[in-house]
Amino acid sequence: MTGNAGGRLSRYGLRFVALLYLAALLLAPIGVALVKTFDEGIGEVITQVTKPDAVHALKLSLITVIIAVPLNTIFGIAAAHVVVRTNFRFKWAVNALIDMPFAVSPVVIGLALILVYGTGGWFGADLASMGIQVIFSTPGIVMAVVFVSLPFVAREVIPVMQEIGTDQETAAETLGAGPWQTFRSITLPAIRWGVTYGIVLTTARALGEFGAVTVVSGNISGETQTLPLYVSKQFETFNSVGAYSASLILAILALGTLLTMNLLRRKED
Amino acid sequence: MNAIAENLKTVSHGIEVREVNKEFGDFQALKDVDLIVPDGSMTALLGPSGSGKSTLLRTIAGLEVPTTGQVFIGGEDQAKKPVRTRNVGFVFQHYAAFKHMTVFDNIAFGLKVRKWDKQKTRDRVTELIDLVQLTGLAKRYPSQLSGGQRQRMALARALAVEPSVLLLDEPFGALDAKVRKDLRTWLRRLHDEVHVTTIFVTHDQEEAMDIAQQIVVMNEGQIEQTGSATELYDQPANEFVMGFVGEVNSLDGKLVRPHDTEILPAPTPGAVEVEIDRVVRLGFSGRVEMLTVPEKKEVWAQLTRSELETLNLESGTKAYVRPRPDAVTKEDTGALDDAFKEENPAIHKPTSVEPGLPV
Amino acid sequence: MEAGLTKGLVVTYLSLIVLIPLAAIAAKAFSDGPGHFWDAVSQPQSVAALKLTVICSLVVVLINAVMGTLIAWVLVRDEFPGKGIVNSVIDLPFALPTIVASLTLLTLYGNDSPIGIHAAYTKYAVIIALLFVTLPFVVRAVQPLLLSLDRDMESAAESLGAGKLRIFTRIIFPNLLPGIAAGVALAFARALGEFGALVLISGNVPYKTEAASVFIRGQIESDNVVGAAAVSVVLLVISMVMLAFVNLVQKWGLRHDR
Repeated sequence: MTGNAGGRLSRYGLRFVALLYLAALLLAPIGVALVKTFDEGIGEVITQVTKPDAVHALKLSLITVIIAVPLNTIFGIAAAHVVVRTNFRFKWAVNALIDMPFAVSPVVIGLALILVYGTGGWFGADLASMGIQVIFSTPGIVMAVVFVSLPFVAREVIPVMQEIGTDQETAAETLGAGPWQTFRSITLPAIRWGVTYGIVLTTARALGEFGAVTVVSGNISGETQTLPLYVSKQFETFNSVGAYSASLILAILALGTLLTMNLLRRKED
Repeated sequence: MNAIAENLKTVSHGIEVREVNKEFGDFQALKDVDLIVPDGSMTALLGPSGSGKSTLLRTIAGLEVPTTGQVFIGGEDQAKKPVRTRNVGFVFQHYAAFKHMTVFDNIAFGLKVRKWDKQKTRDRVTELIDLVQLTGLAKRYPSQLSGGQRQRMALARALAVEPSVLLLDEPFGALDAKVRKDLRTWLRRLHDEVHVTTIFVTHDQEEAMDIAQQIVVMNEGQIEQTGSATELYDQPANEFVMGFVGEVNSLDGKLVRPHDTEILPAPTPGAVEVEIDRVVRLGFSGRVEMLTVPEKKEVWAQLTRSELETLNLESGTKAYVRPRPDAVTKEDTGALDDAFKEENPAIHKPTSVEPGLPV
Repeated sequence: MEAGLTKGLVVTYLSLIVLIPLAAIAAKAFSDGPGHFWDAVSQPQSVAALKLTVICSLVVVLINAVMGTLIAWVLVRDEFPGKGIVNSVIDLPFALPTIVASLTLLTLYGNDSPIGIHAAYTKYAVIIALLFVTLPFVVRAVQPLLLSLDRDMESAAESLGAGKLRIFTRIIFPNLLPGIAAGVALAFARALGEFGALVLISGNVPYKTEAASVFIRGQIESDNVVGAAAVSVVLLVISMVMLAFVNLVQKWGLRHDR
C-alpha cells in the first residue's frame, strides 16, 4: 500500500483498529488491574504475598513446574524423534494423542485423572494399597499439569527436526558416532532453540494451569493449593487485595516468560 | 566382462558387490547387482534418476541393508557391520555440514569419536584443511562458506578418519557449472594424491568420463555395462548405454552416432530422406541439422570441414542419410525414450509427517 | 536413541497420561447405558451450557478470524514505532495464567468498572474472556504465511489491472486461508474447553452464563460424575472434529506446494 492518500488512510485505519483492539483486550485490563493492586499501598501487597498460605502456594507451584517441565521436555524430544524419524502403523495415533491436550478442556482432564487415579478409579484402589495418594495431593496436581502442558515441546521440536532432515545424523553415523553420541553432538544442538522455546511455553502453562488442578487438588489452603488456586480462593473470600497481589507474582513470572520467548524468537532468526 | 574387471578378480582389496537385490516395498531398487571396484581406483556410477545408483552407493556404505546379496570391502563381508564401524568416508550431495560446528570441528568430528588425542587431532585436521584448500577458514561456520567450500569441507571430514573407501553421492550436484568443473578436476588430482578407493554417483556423463577410470552405467536397478569411457562409447553393450553415453540419432529403427551418420546427395537403398534445416560450421568440423521426411524427426550429423565443402549443403534442400558402413549401431526399440520420458522420481525414504500445528 | 526403547517410552507415557484417562471418561459416560448418557446430555441445564459454549466460541472465532488477520497484516506490512513491543504483547495470553486474565478483565469490565462498562456476569463477559485467551492463535498462524507471501504476485496482479480489493480477495486471502482456518480451529478448541478465564467473570449463572466446562466442574462437585463425564464426551467429540479439520485444512493448504 504505497503513496497515495487513500492508501495512507487505509493503512492508518488498519493500524488504529488493530492497536485499539489490543489495547481494549489486553493492555487496558492489565493496566487497570495493576493500579488496583497498589490501591492500598505497596506495603499491603508485600504483607499479602508473604502470608504463609501464599508462600506455600507459590512453593507448590514451583515444585510442580520443577517436576512437570523436565518430564515433558524429555517426552517431547523423544516423541518428536518417534514422530519424525520412525515409521510404524499407529504413528497417526501417537500424533493425535500428542495434540489431545490442546483439544480437551482442563476440567475434563481433571475429571479423567480422578476416574483413573482417584479412590473409586481404575488404579485408585491399587495405588492406595501401596500407600500412594494421587488425587487431592501433589502427584495428582503434577499429573494434571503434565497433561495440559504435554504437547508444547513436541510441537516445537517436530518441525525443527523435519527441517534439519537426516543428512547430518547420517553423516555422523558414517564417521563412526553411535546413536547416543549422534543425538548429543548433532541432533540436540540443532534442535536446541526449539526445545528451549517449548520449555518456556511448558513452564508458562504449568505455572498458570487452573482448571485441571482445581478438579484434582481439592483446593486445600496451605496444602494442595497452587498459586492460581490461591488467587481464586482469595477472590471468593473477598480478599481482593490478596488476589491481586498473588496475581502480580504470576504476572511477573508471565512477563519473564514473554521476554524469554522474544529473546528466543530473535535467536532463531 | 571387461579388461579392468578381469584384472581385478585377482585383487583382494577394493569393493565387491555380489548379487545384491534391494526392495522398498513393491519397488525393486536394485536387481542382481554384481560389481567389482579395484583397490585405489576411481569409479563412477552413472545413470538417470531412479536408476538405483544412489541406492547401490548407500548399500555399500551400510546406509541401506540389501534385501539379498553381499557387500565386501577389502575382502571382508560387511553384512553384520553397521555403518559406523565400516570405516567408509561418505560425502553427501547437500554436504550434510554440521551447521553448529566450525570447519575445524566438522573435520575433527570423526577423530573425536575415535578418541584421538588433542594434539594429533589438531595436526591431522590442519593437514586436511590445507589439502582441501580451506587454509585460514578453520574457524568459519558452514553458513559462512560457499557451496564449493562446504563440499570440500565435507570431503575433508570424510577423509579425516582414513576411510578404507570414499563414497560420494552426487558430490557436485548442488553446485553451479563452473564450480562443478573446477571441483571435479580438483577431486581427480586429490585422488592421485590419496589413492583411496573411490566411488561417486553422478547423472552427468561428462563428469563420469572426465574423472572416472571405470564407469558403471545403471538403469532401472540394473547394471547395463561396466567399462572405461572409451569402451562405453565405442562398444556400448546395448541400446540404453549407447543412448545414455554420447549423442545418438534414430535412423530407420537404428541408433547411430552423429559422427557415424553419412549424408548422401542422391537416393540410395537403406538411406532415409531428409530436409536440411541448418548447417553450422564450428572451426574444423561442423554439424548439419536435418528433419526426416515426412515425420519431421530431428537428425544431425557431425562432419569434417572438407566433407561439408564437398557436399555443399543448403537449408531447405533434400538429402539422404544412413549409418556409415563401419558404424556402431543398436536396434531402436523405443525403450530409451521410455526411460527419459517420465522423470523417474528418485527413491526417497519418507522422513516427514504432516506439518505441526502452530502454537 | 534406541528406536524401539524410545517408541516404547513415548507410547507408555502417552497412555498413562492421556489415553487411559480419556478412555476412562468415555467408559464412565456410558457406564449406566446409552440411555442414561443421553439423559445426562439432553437435560436442560447441560443443553444450555453446551449451547452457550458453542455459540460463544463461534462468535469468538469469527471475531478472531477478522481481527487476527488484521493484526497479523498490521504487524507484517505496516511500520510504526513500538511495533516490536506490540508483536511481543500478542503472546501475553499464552504467558499469563488464565485466572489472572479473568481477574484483570473483571477489574475493567466488572461492576466496579472505572469506565462504566458492566459486562461481568453476562454472555458478553464470556465472549470477552474467550477473546482474550484465544487472541494469539490466528495472529500467529497467519503471520508466517504473510511473511513468506511472494509480493511479486501482488505486483503482477496490479500490473494486470487488479484493484486493491481484488488483489486482497483473489491473491492474498486465498494464500492466508489455510493459516486462518488452522488458527480458527485451534482457537475454537481452546474456547470450547476454557475454564480459568471464565470462572471469575462469567458469574456461572445456570442457563445464562454457565459454560460447559464450568457446568462439568459443578457436576463433579455435586457428585454427578456420570453426568459430568457425559458432557465431557460431547465436548471431546466436538474438539476432536475441530482438530481433524485443522489437519485437513493444512493438507489442503499445502496442496500447491508439492
